Amino acid sequence: MKPPPFRYHTPRSLSEALEVLRESPGEARVLAGGQSLVPLLNLRLAYPEILVDLNRVEGLSYIRDDGTRLRIGAMTRQREAEFSELLAARSPLVIEALAQLGHPAIRNRGTVGGSLAHADPVAELPCVMTALDAEFVVAGPVGERLVGANDFFLGPYETALSPGEILVEVRIPPAPPAASFVEFSRRHGDFALAEAAVVLEGGESCTGGRVVAAGPAWMPSRLETVERLVAASGVGRTDTGSQRELVEEVARTAEAAVAALETHADATAYQRRLAAVLVTRAVAQALERWSRN
Amino acid sequence: MTDASTDRRATSVTVNGRRCEAEVDVRKTLADFLREDGGFTGVHVGCEHGVCGACSVLMDGEVVRSCILFAVQADGHEIITVEGLGSEEAPSPLQQAFVDHHALQCGFCTPGMLLAAVDLLKHCPDPTETQVREALSGNLCMCTGYTGIIRAVRAAAPQMKG
Repeated sequence: MKPPPFRYHTPRSLSEALEVLRESPGEARVLAGGQSLVPLLNLRLAYPEILVDLNRVEGLSYIRDDGTRLRIGAMTRQREAEFSELLAARSPLVIEALAQLGHPAIRNRGTVGGSLAHADPVAELPCVMTALDAEFVVAGPVGERLVGANDFFLGPYETALSPGEILVEVRIPPAPPAASFVEFSRRHGDFALAEAAVVLEGGESCTGGRVVAAGPAWMPSRLETVERLVAASGVGRTDTGSQRELVEEVARTAEAAVAALETHADATAYQRRLAAVLVTRAVAQALERWSRN
Repeated sequence: MTDASTDRRATSVTVNGRRCEAEVDVRKTLADFLREDGGFTGVHVGCEHGVCGACSVLMDGEVVRSCILFAVQADGHEIITVEGLGSEEAPSPLQQAFVDHHALQCGFCTPGMLLAAVDLLKHCPDPTETQVREALSGNLCMCTGYTGIIRAVRAAAPQMKG
């Protein structure tokens, strides 16, 4: 089908984009890469009156290291991030997720910020950014504010962004010692049925970590009971025996942890089981990578 | 402010090296612009929501789906469609390999397959079977079972270098 009529704006600067949003009388949507929004328009599932296209705004596409954190401009194409040497060196978990996000033709247009602002419950980037404890820089009528990943995703396709605000940057903390992202989808490049991201903290022994599951729940969700297990284990980097015990314990705990999440009506027992299995695999892979460091 | 139903823009796109200009509705997709205003009917419109890959074209050298881009977004950019890869008399090595390896039956998915393969070979001049499968995973074919397509892309790879 064809998209419904809309008024179209191509601001050249962020301040102009914010002004257009502020002055828009009707429902305005920000258009980034368009790989989710335009299908929704073509299917007539979305009827915005106004589209504010960010593709001609200067200065929103970059990946840089500010000395402590990695900063990714919201309009950075996913494909560009996938091939970024800086990202490969500093946050390979993001690349691991990007490689499983859609197809090359999608990633050539799709943007890092667009995927996060769209907040599909099983999208890869919201899941890994939650595990990485990333921060989001949000520009609005009264300036910029910082929102942590935990407070950014509020529900399916729902974020802390207010109408009139634009996500402009993602800040990723220093690389953890080890991390893993795994997903399962019926066909390569499709949205996943379930996925899990795990980030471990610590030096020679594990002091904690973040364990995130997505798929059966309304948004990527941290599994606190599993995180507590990982933190309490204090396993050593090369202590493969204790690591094996931890993985077995995670396997016993993960399913109950996933079941305790607020799951959506379509979530099946299979999907919950799958999410638990993927959480266990991601913990095992992160530990295995850590022991090889 | 302009009324939504009359929001039109002068749009100029370089298609296969030739300037293509028209005043278009802002909601007109690049795929429809290429077919209707440019006459490039090798751009096949399948699912029209970015799933099947039949409408794939190259924009500034990168494969994109023209059914989920607006024509106005391509203003000032360079597009290559299947018509720009080769001709009936002088097909590109990739097109010839598709013929040689029985990589098409009905031909509907073929333009998108070819352009996705061009993008792959640019990044990865000597792809493994897995890499070809992954690169073409966003292009659906209802006829061939894909094996001929994969053989064709790998066979053409050495001739597509440079």
